[in-house]
Amino acid sequence: MSSTPTDTKGKDRARAAARARAQRAPVYRRSADFRWTHDPEQCARCKRCVQQCGFKALSWEDGPVVDPEKCVGCHRCEMFCPQQAIAVVPQVQHYRPHPLWTQAHRQNLYLQAETGGVLLAGMGNDLPYPVLWDNLLLDACQVTNPSIDPLREPMELRTYLGRRPDAVEVTLGGDGPELATEMGPTLELETPIIFAAMSYGSISLNAQKAIAMAAEECGTLWNTGEGGLHEDLKPYAHRAFVQCASGRFGVHADYLNAGAAIEIKIGQGAKPGIGGHLPGEKVSAEVSETRMIPVGSDALSPAPQHDIYSIEDLRQLIYALKEASNYEKPVSVKIAAVHNVAAIASGIVRAGADMVYLDGFRGGTGAAPTIIRDHLGIPIEIAIAVVDQQLREEGIRNQASIIAAGGIRSSADAAKAIALGADAIAIGTGALLALGCTLCQKCYTGRCSWGITTQDPALTRRLDPYVGSRRVGNLLRGWSAELEEILGAMGVNAIESLRGSRERLRGVGLDKTTLDILGVKPAGVGA
Amino acid sequence: MSEEVFDRGRRTISGCGLSGMMSLTGERVDGRAIRASIALLHERSNGLGGGFAAYGIYPERRDHFALHIMYDTDEARRRTESALEDDFDVAQDERIPTRPHPGIVNPPSLMRYFVLPRASRLEEDGATAEDYVLARVMRVNAEISDAFVFSSGKNMGAFKAVGYAEDIAAFFRLDEYEAYIWIAHGRFPTNTPGWWAGAHPFTLLDWAVVHNGEISSYGINRRYLEMFNYQCTMRTDTEVMAYLLDLLIRRHELPVEVACDVLAAPFWEQIERMPEERRRLYSALRQVYGGALVNGPFAIIFARHGEMVGLNDRIKLRPLVAARKDSWLYLSSEESGIRAMCARPDLVWAPRAGQPVIGRLGSEVVAGEPAHGGRIAVGQEATSE
Ligand code: SF4
Ligand code: SF4
Repeated sequence: MSSTPTDTKGKDRARAAARARAQRAPVYRRSADFRWTHDPEQCARCKRCVQQCGFKALSWEDGPVVDPEKCVGCHRCEMFCPQQAIAVVPQVQHYRPHPLWTQAHRQNLYLQAETGGVLLAGMGNDLPYPVLWDNLLLDACQVTNPSIDPLREPMELRTYLGRRPDAVEVTLGGDGPELATEMGPTLELETPIIFAAMSYGSISLNAQKAIAMAAEECGTLWNTGEGGLHEDLKPYAHRAFVQCASGRFGVHADYLNAGAAIEIKIGQGAKPGIGGHLPGEKVSAEVSETRMIPVGSDALSPAPQHDIYSIEDLRQLIYALKEASNYEKPVSVKIAAVHNVAAIASGIVRAGADMVYLDGFRGGTGAAPTIIRDHLGIPIEIAIAVVDQQLREEGIRNQASIIAAGGIRSSADAAKAIALGADAIAIGTGALLALGCTLCQKCYTGRCSWGITTQDPALTRRLDPYVGSRRVGNLLRGWSAELEEILGAMGVNAIESLRGSRERLRGVGLDKTTLDILGVKPAGVGA
Repeated sequence: MSEEVFDRGRRTISGCGLSGMMSLTGERVDGRAIRASIALLHERSNGLGGGFAAYGIYPERRDHFALHIMYDTDEARRRTESALEDDFDVAQDERIPTRPHPGIVNPPSLMRYFVLPRASRLEEDGATAEDYVLARVMRVNAEISDAFVFSSGKNMGAFKAVGYAEDIAAFFRLDEYEAYIWIAHGRFPTNTPGWWAGAHPFTLLDWAVVHNGEISSYGINRRYLEMFNYQCTMRTDTEVMAYLLDLLIRRHELPVEVACDVLAAPFWEQIERMPEERRRLYSALRQVYGGALVNGPFAIIFARHGEMVGLNDRIKLRPLVAARKDSWLYLSSEESGIRAMCARPDLVWAPRAGQPVIGRLGSEVVAGEPAHGGRIAVGQEATSE
């Protein structure tokens, strides 16, 4: 039922195009990843699918016709077809199977033979590396310590981020104990889940607004990313990290002072060692104004921050930003989880950062070279464990909070991250999924059918920020409620009693060395 | 994973009975009343460990640190004593008097030493006498296997063993000691057969802690303490309690009340209702001392010279009852345990979750005692004046 018998014209055209391509590049015959199928019997001929496809894969010739090469399998058409006449299914491999030369490798190779370019991808690493979350299990109470009923007893998720002294000094006055310690600025969160940095430019204003509103409503934080702060989002800035990345887009004194905290972006899990890439297609007039760059120009952030070639330079930037914000804003430093992450994080804390944001190799991106996305970095599970342990061994764990991100898919992953030692976790991809994303990974094209990673007004207006913020807020509320359930089952009623409590984790199917690095016992070993 | 990691984490989980009594005027009584109380709580223990701490028992040697040490081998004793000779002036050494009891089997050799830090060494160290003693005690316990210092305060002592607490009292002849604070513990461990050194009370200098509960936040409490160089080697939750108290009260100099509010922190909801200044203090405490919040069920009684404190976890998952009679303060897991010490208390009350009951020498006012009118009297006519 791949296409209607009546659309011969369209079919002929597609065939002709394929022939032409084959002649142009005889070696390369690109296969489509998806097979777009359509049942003409069911079709109401409403043309809605053609309108809905952000990727312009469909046209109308007496019925919908697909250009199979353009279809990315985002499922927008399928979901909007009132007759359920469309089914988009993965295309089965048609080369002779080979365990080494997988279809993906061959595909990429052909493409590069044709273009000589660097292949791009969106979203996070999609290779089947082991997911350590799935090898970790959480504990629960039985008999000797009671579980606590989260429906009837208070459960506390409130979390603070930022530098803290090691001890509180208390004096006894006439009215009882008084605080004698000066506390620095910290961030108060109602749940240990924040939003990852996603810039205006990489995502649409509506998407960013939806996330910002949800953050405000749920008492948590969002992150401007490196794209500056759009006028419309100023009302939500007091719940935002304002980011200062290597491109310094949209960074000025007002910007630094508008947010709740400042984040220096050194690296990103999806592309360690590489700066942000915003294709010119996504630089609309409004993006250009917010970023302070010309319309249509590629916004390629430098790979390093050119004023940071070492740790002492980072220290200078941290303090420059603190000076600029009158020491009222805590400063976070975001790094990709790489092999030496523990030592780097310790240096960052000693350089004066109040938070270290660790982004694991599975973290998402709007656009990254596929080869970088898929092969650099280390898992966030490992990074949390080694950083937390290192900071504790050095006695500086109180001086900075750890934020962990990069492939956290559920409240269970979040709970495990916190048990390993994270103060809070950040979600990016998860929030986009809540907005409708189907993970087609084509964000870098700027054609997102869901109006998320695009600047085309015809597409962005599909995303109602109010509806979006309700959905993203629901996600936070749902995960928070689940975290409370997990705490209750473990017999604790405050998130700080889970934080860093690796005793409540057990490993299954993990080797001894990995268990040791995670600081987790294998299942079967008791208290 | 290294053996060490396994070992360090493995711990005994137990339920328990607790009792404590304190004379606020310093009047001393022998150990019969506390023994009667913990005997009555027999059902709360299973004969795998128990013990007592008593304050004011060595008035003639009040300025000396009294070290109670158990040895499993002569070799351990020889090594320990030679270490003591190096570091201390030993004024007196003797066997701890015991009376054979059928309930107490295979006792180790039990010795006590009244010592003062050797002045020249102390000066070299530049530490306080307390820190000097603590460091040596920790060293013996960590480095000399088969030797264990189970008490090291001045004019006080801990007595503990594997057995039922009432048998332990008879074995150690506690009817022959007089103290103004007595605390007692009967233990119900669910696994590991009892171990003499692992019995309660757990002591550190003149601190003694008895504890009923299982700390659900043990994992993070232990890692938190490691940051301050406490190594939890005893496989009991009580050790964690004792180190936290030591850190908060001795090292960070928090008032006892405030330290209790760290261990059993008020809920954010309660903090929000506090006056501004208070709110700032409690918000700071929770931000800084999250790793010291003891979550899960517990009731503890801890004491040092001049002070006895009873405390429950923040939602009171283990029982604790308090009572007053004249200038005596009583604490116990059950009211019956109190009535075994004092048949007709003036006032009996159930302390609220997370609210400490603090008795202080020389003060008739007990913190945590219900205010007049708010008293919770249980079957006692004398409560309303
Ligand atoms: S790209 Fe998406 S909307 Fe377009 S045809 Fe494919 S599945 Fe349908
Ligand atoms: S954000 Fe849009 S383009 Fe990117 S993966 Fe999701 S659906 Fe595809």
